[in-house]
Amino acid sequence: MATDIHRTIDAVWRMEAPRLVAGLTRLVRDVGVAEELAQDALVAALEQWPSDGVPNNPGAWLMTTAKRRAVDHIRRAETYRRKIEEVGRELPESVPDIGTTVAEDDGIGDDLLRLVFVACHPVLSTEARTALTLRLLGGLTTGEIARAFLVPESTVAQRIVRAKKTLAAARVPFEVPRGDELADRLASVLEVVYLIFNEGYSATSGDDWMRPALCEDALRLGRVLARLVPREPEAHGLIALMEIQASRTGARTGPDGEPILLADQNRARWDRLLIRRGLAALEHAEALAGGRPGPYVLQAAIAACHARAGRFADTDWQLMARLYERLATVAPSPVVELNRAVALSRAYGPAAGLELVDQLLAVPALRDYHLLPSVRGDLLARLDRHAEARAEFTRAASLTRNERERGLLLARAELSRESRPADPPRDRSRPG
Amino acid sequence: MRFMVITKATTESEASIPPATEVFDTMGAFIQELMDAGVLLAAEGLHPSSRGARIVIDGDRKTVVDGPFAETKELIGGFFLVETKSLEECVEWFKRYPLRPPAGEPSNIEIRPVIGPEDFSETMTDEQRQAVAERDKSSRFT
Repeated sequence: MATDIHRTIDAVWRMEAPRLVAGLTRLVRDVGVAEELAQDALVAALEQWPSDGVPNNPGAWLMTTAKRRAVDHIRRAETYRRKIEEVGRELPESVPDIGTTVAEDDGIGDDLLRLVFVACHPVLSTEARTALTLRLLGGLTTGEIARAFLVPESTVAQRIVRAKKTLAAARVPFEVPRGDELADRLASVLEVVYLIFNEGYSATSGDDWMRPALCEDALRLGRVLARLVPREPEAHGLIALMEIQASRTGARTGPDGEPILLADQNRARWDRLLIRRGLAALEHAEALAGGRPGPYVLQAAIAACHARAGRFADTDWQLMARLYERLATVAPSPVVELNRAVALSRAYGPAAGLELVDQLLAVPALRDYHLLPSVRGDLLARLDRHAEARAEFTRAASLTRNERERGLLLARAELSRESRPADPPRDRSRPG
Repeated sequence: MRFMVITKATTESEASIPPATEVFDTMGAFIQELMDAGVLLAAEGLHPSSRGARIVIDGDRKTVVDGPFAETKELIGGFFLVETKSLEECVEWFKRYPLRPPAGEPSNIEIRPVIGPEDFSETMTDEQRQAVAERDKSSRFT
């Protein structure tokens, strides 16, 4: 029974920790102190709940306990003397019943959003933002974050400690940015969530089953975020993009863990529920964007082209090429151009794609990017220029850091040696 | 982890007695909470079994039986699909489920993990995996 109650407390903690830390940060104005106070409340729960049972409203219990400690903390700190009154007024005398909790909850959504913006503040490095977001908003332990990113636990712990110090030193305010600042700051938040998702989605090395869990964490964060900023099209665009990409999880890895390319995936294994959710979120995002979709909405629209196609051959490549063209105008990057080249080649033939790819050969950012020779090799093979294709696949294999992908590329190079003219026209250039 | 949470029918739901007005508020608040936390994937409530049917399968013989069905307590009243970190977290969420069954009619909420691709790979033999891989290959849509 002892382990049961601990697992229950663990679950309650995951559910309540983000709101708890958010509410406490509003009181003490320091994320680090807020998290310590929340942890103190957790320790109190671990001491009391096994004998007293889990309270009916565990969230309120934790908040009340933590707030009492917050007051102690503030009393001890002489410099915060003025704040005693402020907090003292807010402190409930006893564990509140459901009624008062509902009233208190009014500001929780705002606090959570403030916490999101603090955790993803540009004063922090990307690694720090990611770790802090997973810890404070995803409710993950340091050990879980470490396993997910394949780094030592001490590294993650240090990152979090340093991040909290940086936030305190920079006196980052606990607020939702306004006006012109909002767009940039929101972009930084969305970037962190998508980065977490991609870390789970594109990795095929390491502990296989920890990685899909990371995708789930990112999806959950994204869903929470879209609810917190319901009028922001890009937040809905991001969740649409992630839901649609996640729908392919079961189909994109073979029985031995090898990647299966989009063209070769068994689409019957795509998760229809996630596709449906993704398409609905996309529709919502497009309506909010009002004809001016941002990068996430456009990427989601591109992902939707695949999701809507029952067979690879049914893909609307012309629409996709147009979407990439728009994406290239709102978020120009050589990688987007490379993807546009693939879409063009599918829509209008390999020569059309190769023309664009050849323009990218001189771009410094793509010099060591394995997907450039990989795509170019694919297009050359489809044009029956097998010797050149083979050279490109070999080069691509030498550039990738992913063992699984290397094997795939070397196999393609070998296939080009046989120079079979009847190579099936599939997009073998990138994993789905 | 994905779970299906199955709520059971009651004598009232089977009799098409609509929920009290305030139930829409409490249920709405609960669903809102699940959505705000990013755990809710889908949720549906079901009409009484009198509006449904069963296909009874006995060997090769299939017989269609129209509702209603007798064993109310075991009938499905509705379901939620949620994604949580663990069974415990799912349990904690649904301990907060606000609806009460009619007096003198104890009910239950059943929580079942949804089978995912990773569940297959552990119990499958290598031969079976190979067979699935072959089947997937031959069902390529090209």
